Amino acid sequence: MTKKGRILTIDPVTRLEGHAKITLHLDDDGQVADARFHVTEFRGFEKFCEGRPLWEMPGITGRICGICPVSHLLASAKAGDDILAVAIPPAADKLRRLMNLGQIIQSHALSFFHLSAPDLLLGMDSDPAKRNVFGLMAAEPKIARDGIRLRQFGQEVIEALGGKKIHPSWAVPGGVRAPLSEESRERLKARLPEALRIAEEALELFRKISGRFSEEADALGNFPSLFLGLVTRDGGWEHYDGVLRVMDAEGAIIADQVDPREYRTLIAEAVEPWSYLKFPYYRKHGYPDGAYRVGPLARLNLCERMPTPLAEEARREFRRTAGDKPVTSSFFYHYARLVEIIASVETAATLLDDPDLLSSHVRAEAGINRTSGVGVSEAPRGTLFHDYQVDEHGLILKVNLIIATGQNNLAMNRTVLQAARHYIRNRKIPEGFLNRIEAGVRAFDPCLSCSTHAFGQMPLQVVLFGPEGETLDERTRE
Amino acid sequence: MKVTTLTINGELVSASPGATVLEAARENGIRIPTLCALEGLSTVGACRLCLVEVKGSPRLQPACVTAADEGMEVSTDTDRLRRYRSMILELLFAERNHVCPVCVANGHCELQDRARQAGMDHVRLPYQHPDLPVDITHARFGVDHNRCILCTRCIRVCDELEGAHTWDLAGRGTNARVITDLNQPWGDAVSCTSCGKCAEACPTGAIFKQGSTVGEMEHRSDRIRFISAARARKEWSP
Repeated sequence: MTKKGRILTIDPVTRLEGHAKITLHLDDDGQVADARFHVTEFRGFEKFCEGRPLWEMPGITGRICGICPVSHLLASAKAGDDILAVAIPPAADKLRRLMNLGQIIQSHALSFFHLSAPDLLLGMDSDPAKRNVFGLMAAEPKIARDGIRLRQFGQEVIEALGGKKIHPSWAVPGGVRAPLSEESRERLKARLPEALRIAEEALELFRKISGRFSEEADALGNFPSLFLGLVTRDGGWEHYDGVLRVMDAEGAIIADQVDPREYRTLIAEAVEPWSYLKFPYYRKHGYPDGAYRVGPLARLNLCERMPTPLAEEARREFRRTAGDKPVTSSFFYHYARLVEIIASVETAATLLDDPDLLSSHVRAEAGINRTSGVGVSEAPRGTLFHDYQVDEHGLILKVNLIIATGQNNLAMNRTVLQAARHYIRNRKIPEGFLNRIEAGVRAFDPCLSCSTHAFGQMPLQVVLFGPEGETLDERTRE
Repeated sequence: MKVTTLTINGELVSASPGATVLEAARENGIRIPTLCALEGLSTVGACRLCLVEVKGSPRLQPACVTAADEGMEVSTDTDRLRRYRSMILELLFAERNHVCPVCVANGHCELQDRARQAGMDHVRLPYQHPDLPVDITHARFGVDHNRCILCTRCIRVCDELEGAHTWDLAGRGTNARVITDLNQPWGDAVSCTSCGKCAEACPTGAIFKQGSTVGEMEHRSDRIRFISAARARKEWSP
């Protein structure tokens, strides 16, 4: 920021999960000198988990988030498996996979239909009072209903396994607490055709309207970066286990077949004083050059194939949009998310036919056999790492959590800067332009370790400060 | 022996000879909330949740240690009592770190049940957030002092039923802790027979079975009642 510059603040950023603000630092000519995405909430889980028994960790860390509790539950249970040094029963592995698919479906549906569809279908410049899920219900009732039904299906998968939709404490070190009941299996199977129809129609809709957003696709986080995520051993799409792969912006694989327990050889973390979110980076490229993206966009760039036919067809078409290179526009996170919903519904359909899901052998019993353990899985938003150290009895000594949104932090900051430079050229700033900057962040579907659902009803206050701190312009959205 | 006749909540009831007010109420289907009391163990009047009003006495009396007297007039559910009970529960919640959603006893906790029955929806007192340890050195059980309400059920069951007296109380006031042997880690307590009666008797998630995850610790305090009653009847004596 130049000495006589101005700072523009967007606080809070709406329609994302958690609390954040954006500051835009303008120089004397009204040009954007810098832009930052600040995460303003502090949670402290890594600290207050110290001293707790290992067994409680899935239940505690699941509480990090009401949208993606399952992701933490699974990563934590996997870190527990590692400390017990057990191979969990095959049925438990499949059941956990099924729950993670339910989680991906419900979370992706929330991101697309509830949070971003108001921008995409009502328009970036539409009335902010109606640019929310309620406005969507009024203007596009079928799409809104479909979105809610699809999310409900994902939530029902979670409930059928874990006993409740939010914060089930079902996955435990060594496996899971209960199998699927026959009745639940039949109920879920009956809902599959509708879920698949909604997912396919949503993808079709996105393809149809994405042409209208070519400017946004270029301006909202379109830049080269690294991509990181899990793939299967043979390079296929993976969401629960597998090995780590890193790809550069040209599509070259620069790290592959990395055991998730060795994640520290790939990733290091930096801290900035203006955000509670850490900044992980690819260790070999240093900070901040080692910026990488995780999540749906990264996963579809990284993998060589999807496990199911419709999803594979959709992935090929997705990749064709960028020729033989990786897709680099963050705006296409939306696209990738829709492809992943199809993959998740199809994969869930296959899993639901597996007789193992009803097995009662779902939990391995063991004591503390290692004093450290790592659990890695793909959360809807990207790769999630839980890294624990315990004493000989299993009391937690140290916790390191690397969440997907943190890994996208550098990319989100670059997105905000790119969007701000594109849309802000002078002192007066139309509301729709600010919404586009927010939409740049929304594309990543950041989950700011949230317990708060913030969407279009929240007030948005933007204040433009002069060099002496005087208010030059102010806009408030009620 | 002659039965005792007294009035509880305006109704004439009869109680077995030597019964306490709490026993008299229970014999007649009248509920009085309790926490430290457990059938089969001695009574200590520690938690004060069972306070009742006795006509002629300006002070509230704990029903578990007050003898039911002939002609006594007792009230168990008045505004004043509800106020006191709510305050007692809130004091318990504020004193240590009771976080129900992530507790091993969530859904099977007597403290949680009492709070729900009392309609407690928040705590008016500042939480103390003491920094208390968890001891999981024992091969089969663990104790989390964050969840202990000092009801002393573990101490009594270990002493009176198991005869081991592994558990005892150390310290005073907010520094009071249940301890094993002479304040040794539980795993080093040589007197412990690993019988698990303390885990069954504990009303909260303070004493739990190793490996319990959220909501998995179901206490079977009925087993304590069963053992005690069987012994009293000398069912296992030759």
